[in-house]
Amino acid sequence: MFSSLFETSFSFNDLLFMLKGAGVTLMLTFWAVLGGTLLGVVFGVIRAIAPWWVNAPLGAVLDVFRSIPLLIQLVVANSFKTIIGLHWSPFTVGCVVLALYMSAYCTEIVRSGFLAVPATTRRAARSLGLSWRQDLTEIVFPIALRVALPSWIGLTLGVMKDTAMVWWIGVVELLRSSQVIVTRIQEPLFVLSIAGLIYFLMSFPIARLGARLEKRWREND
Amino acid sequence: MSIEIQDVHKSFGSLEVVKGVTMTVEKGEVVSVIGGSGSGKSTLLMCINGLEPINAGRILVDGTNVHGRGTDLNKLRRKIGIVFQQWNAFPHLTVLENVMLAPRKVLGKSKAEAEAIAVDKLARVGLSEKLKVYPSKLSGGQQQRMAIARALAMSPDYMLFDEVTSALDPQLVGEVLDTMRSLSAEGMTMIVVTHEIAFAREVSDRVAFFHKGKIHEIGPPAQVIGNPQKPETIDFLKSVL
Repeated sequence: MFSSLFETSFSFNDLLFMLKGAGVTLMLTFWAVLGGTLLGVVFGVIRAIAPWWVNAPLGAVLDVFRSIPLLIQLVVANSFKTIIGLHWSPFTVGCVVLALYMSAYCTEIVRSGFLAVPATTRRAARSLGLSWRQDLTEIVFPIALRVALPSWIGLTLGVMKDTAMVWWIGVVELLRSSQVIVTRIQEPLFVLSIAGLIYFLMSFPIARLGARLEKRWREND
Repeated sequence: MSIEIQDVHKSFGSLEVVKGVTMTVEKGEVVSVIGGSGSGKSTLLMCINGLEPINAGRILVDGTNVHGRGTDLNKLRRKIGIVFQQWNAFPHLTVLENVMLAPRKVLGKSKAEAEAIAVDKLARVGLSEKLKVYPSKLSGGQQQRMAIARALAMSPDYMLFDEVTSALDPQLVGEVLDTMRSLSAEGMTMIVVTHEIAFAREVSDRVAFFHKGKIHEIGPPAQVIGNPQKPETIDFLKSVL
């Protein structure tokens, strides 16, 4: 460990260090996307069907998350947590803030997917005797999913990159670990290229999965 | 066994579109409803299976008050099939799955039972070749026949048709009318809102002429279409024939 401190070239240990950071990035992304999507689906459906007096306040709160820079949200949440005496790790704070941030965008994606299902199609479903709930699960959600998926993939990839900002509250993820190495070996171009490659390798499967699903669904349309 | 429509009024906001309609359709009867656009014909159909609430009057289906408190509409709708102007296929399901959905989810049939029903109904409407195809690959006429099969799969006692040929290319109208013709020949009770006057004349036991939210004339086709009495009916028939 100490010997590596005096190394000035990129070592295998450095790569491991970055991969460990990449692991943290993936975990942040996982929890943020999971939480953000679950909340987004719930809020999105509420936004699509609730009366205005529920809709307006919810929309306003979500607008706050969409309009304040993520960096500020992270720093404020991290300080706030200390003020109210929560013993959360910076990693947990990062997951929660990223999930809320993602949910604000996901809500609008879900809402527009929901509203893209024609009222006449839903009426046909109800006319066959399907209940309101069956109409949602059998008709609205499957159709809305097809409409919403491309935007959701885009959002997920965006959130993966936005996880880099949790560095500011002290989480060592991929970008922060790269920065540590850059400071030591003074080869920013080289190290950041590797970091970029790792980001790409993590995003690529998600983008491919989305493209494949889209293609399969398009063949049916 | 009948559909009884008793002095039904229906408004959208301040616009009253159905202004006191009374009519009874007996089991086994085919009643065609003709009339200009906006005369309230389609709205009345939506009211019969409770897709639209009404403002006054009542509708009884086999004695059940459609808009009564405590009426289980999901249950009532099982015996009233409806086919719309826009065929409203479920785009994410194959033709077979479109028809299987309601028997499975609403009637609780097993997959095998539902499939047997769907195969049978799709054969009836001449779509046996298209079971595994998605609706987007079908012509309008085929989609409309699929919609008829989808409604028939619930073994309804009544079938409502809402201008089912209006959105079709002229050369596709015939195949859909043929399907309806064979249904009426089998004794299905039908209320058919249509602009196809020749078809109405041929298959109906009675024809109702709607004008400005009211029934102006009702009776056998030979009378209402063949020998109309009211000036409005005469004008309307002149404009469409």
